Amino acid sequence: MNEYSRKMLKVPTYNLLREQDKDKLPVLDVRNLGIDFGGLTAVDGFNITIGPTEISGLIGPNGAGKTTIFNLLTSVYQPTRGSILINGIDTKGMTTHKVNKLGIARTFQNIRLFTDMTALDNVKVGMHNEIKCPFISSLLHLPPYYKAEKKANEKAMELLDFMGLADVADKKAGSLPYGVQRRLEIVRALATNPSIILLDEPAAGMNPSETTELMHQIRRIRDTFHIAIFLIEHDMNLVMNVCEAIAVVNYGRIIAKGTPEEIRQNPAVIEAYLGREEGNA
Amino acid sequence: MKTMLKNKNTRTNLLTYLVVIVAFVVMQVLNSQGMLGSSMKGYLVPICVYISLAVSLNLLVGVCGELSLGHAGFMGIGAFSGIVIAALLKDTIANDALRLVCAMFGGGILAGFVGFVIGVPVLRLRGDYLAIVTLAFGEIMKNIVGNTYAGIDDTGFHMAVSTSKMKLEAGGKYIINGPLGATGVEKLASFTMGFLLVLFTLFVVLNLINSKEGRAIKAVRDNRIAAESVGINVTAFRMKAFVVSAFLAGMAGALFGLNYSSITATKFNFNTSINILVFVVLGGMGNILGSVISATLLYVLPEALRSLEDYRMILYAVVLIVVMLCTWSPKVKEVLSVVTDKASRIFKRKEAGTNE
Repeated sequence: MNEYSRKMLKVPTYNLLREQDKDKLPVLDVRNLGIDFGGLTAVDGFNITIGPTEISGLIGPNGAGKTTIFNLLTSVYQPTRGSILINGIDTKGMTTHKVNKLGIARTFQNIRLFTDMTALDNVKVGMHNEIKCPFISSLLHLPPYYKAEKKANEKAMELLDFMGLADVADKKAGSLPYGVQRRLEIVRALATNPSIILLDEPAAGMNPSETTELMHQIRRIRDTFHIAIFLIEHDMNLVMNVCEAIAVVNYGRIIAKGTPEEIRQNPAVIEAYLGREEGNA
Repeated sequence: MKTMLKNKNTRTNLLTYLVVIVAFVVMQVLNSQGMLGSSMKGYLVPICVYISLAVSLNLLVGVCGELSLGHAGFMGIGAFSGIVIAALLKDTIANDALRLVCAMFGGGILAGFVGFVIGVPVLRLRGDYLAIVTLAFGEIMKNIVGNTYAGIDDTGFHMAVSTSKMKLEAGGKYIINGPLGATGVEKLASFTMGFLLVLFTLFVVLNLINSKEGRAIKAVRDNRIAAESVGINVTAFRMKAFVVSAFLAGMAGALFGLNYSSITATKFNFNTSINILVFVVLGGMGNILGSVISATLLYVLPEALRSLEDYRMILYAVVLIVVMLCTWSPKVKEVLSVVTDKASRIFKRKEAGTNE
């Protein structure tokens, strides 16, 4: 029995998995995660299990600790307590770039593109670890360089095309409209061949028609690449429509988990968002 | 080929090579016609050296976004190891050009190695801290080289850091004599080799910028957190840029060292580092052709102003300030564009007048 399955037996899983993912190893398994900043506990007792092709959402009021959780999952912060298993491998002590190689990629709430580079180059940076070309042939532009670059260009264009960005491939990333930048960030994350992708407010700043389009694209990403998607979003329309499972956090703790239907009716969630009604309390 | 030319990067790169090659051919022709003064001839090799230094520093400062104030340190390592290698190989390799190439690569490799060793602790730092540490590194290197004794006698090669430990047998010869520097150096350097060095430097730096490593380095500069999130090992790529830059500086240093019959370590001080940095900043961060042109002009300028004696450096400073303002200050640019607009209008009116 490996260490992973031993852990699985010890802690009861919070079942959010889709029917078809039931027997498979969860892509993300977070146990009792917590982090303190000095005396302040930002996240505590956070548990979640995400199946290999699941779309799940993380919602909560402002300052609830959602982005902190993403930062913990990608090792930007090291957790004070608990463990994170990506495809069954503990990420304890790993740096961000190593965690990415385990199969976790992300986008950022405040877009972080490489603004001075073209859209195509942004995607090629994402493909960095996939491009196999020895340093010496990069320096001297030997034949392997041209072969690798050609392959990279083709794949990057395919990915851009997938998100409908093929025609802006040669434009500087910083010059693109906001909604396009958000989608380009998703493409860059996809380019790292992840098994799960974290989207931090992907619809922020998008108009309703762009948001609808994004909903289709999120589903299409899952269906095409067979990867899990975990997203933070304030747009309830998107969350309720796209996510198969939702976790709600407030003050760094999970207050509810379930399907969109369950979450919609959960009194704790309604309280966190709208406050307690004086008369009914 | 046509699709290649459509790419803006490729076009700029080709232009850079073209400018360098044309400049070389022109200088060669002028030289063969005997139209170059002896002082101008003396500038040719240093110009090539400083172009290489500026381009390699631009890789660090412009492309990687890290301020380094110790470039002259790497140059010094290259210079003195190049001199030693050239002296040691004197009997084995008869061909001067080949010996020079060996010395240059040797100097480059040693400088690159030192860059790697220094880089392990230093590259954990960023920004101002990195600048200060590289400044200290440059000074340390200058002092180490300035206190090194090296020489050969019949028993072989000797090296020490103090006179008392340095014992050469009778008939032995000092290659580096501590604070007195290297004396009696064979002048192996030639303008052609300088030109080849510039081409090699451009080739390596431009290729690097347009490869996956270059993209990673630029990504780290643009947004470190995002670069890490897509699986780029930030420290490894800063290290690669640092070592390549040091390697090229070492090569340029070796050529520089073998261009003079005697040279001391004080040449590779803070001033030289800053001068190279000025070339890079004035030519434009990340702009390789800019570095080539500004290194050439700014090296020749103080030499050309020698006749002004005391006022020379003041004038040099004034020129620097004016050029900086004209190229970087938005307000001055605005004023300049108004002036040029008016001038062109007057010129057009005159043209129209003559047509009537």
